[in-house]
Amino acid sequence: MTTDKRPLSPHLQIYRWQLTSVMSILHRASGVALSLGAILLVWWLVAAAEGADSYASVQTFLGSWFGRVLLFGWSVALFYHLCNGLRHLVWDTGRGLELRSVYASGWAVVAATAVLTVIAWIAGISQWSQWHG
Amino acid sequence: MAEPRMRSPLGRAIGLGSAKEGVEHWWAQRVTAIALVPLTLWFVVAVIALAGADRSLFVEWVRHPLPAVLLVLLLIATFYHGALGLQVVIEDYIENETLRFGLMIVMKLASIVLAALGIFAILKMSFAA
Repeated sequence: MTTDKRPLSPHLQIYRWQLTSVMSILHRASGVALSLGAILLVWWLVAAAEGADSYASVQTFLGSWFGRVLLFGWSVALFYHLCNGLRHLVWDTGRGLELRSVYASGWAVVAATAVLTVIAWIAGISQWSQWHG
Repeated sequence: MAEPRMRSPLGRAIGLGSAKEGVEHWWAQRVTAIALVPLTLWFVVAVIALAGADRSLFVEWVRHPLPAVLLVLLLIATFYHGALGLQVVIEDYIENETLRFGLMIVMKLASIVLAALGIFAILKMSFAA
């Protein structure tokens, strides 16, 4: 049972930030963000099942600037967690654990996240414009 | 006949390692992750295809067996995978035992409730007249 709070030697302010550690914590952070987003997903589904009015209010929220920021952030978190997750699964087989490979795959995940996000949003916006153009 | 386990009886009895157990958690995390790859990609494509559509179009789409079933599977896999992940986060960061326990229970139960709500919504739209 912890009693007094003992002093902690500084680590985050001292240890050099590296791609490996940053991507690791981002994987966790994006996972948590996606869990929160899942709540929004359920709200959306329940609203759709409820009727036109509730659905309309959710769509309005998602269409607001705040809603769109959330949606964008969620998509970035999704693609990052997906791509980095695949990287983790490859590691689970024992492959790609050499330092050089870790950095190469790391940058590949960052690039893939950006590309997938851009493609998804261009496709989504153009599709949306076809209905509301 | 006894079901195959991921640990040997001796391993279970000795419980080596600081956490003492966790291989089933690790494996479930991987299985749900693998399931989520195609499910998530399908969902993203579907959402993009439905972007801007009104409610009637969405409901019509959910009525078909494949979208409905895949959506249900997506919810199950997502909340199961998410709960496993959040479990580790809570274990790592919450020192106070009471708070950690409480938060763990709330998180796990909330995952089940949310998944159930989502699944009910999907089925309701699917089977409605």
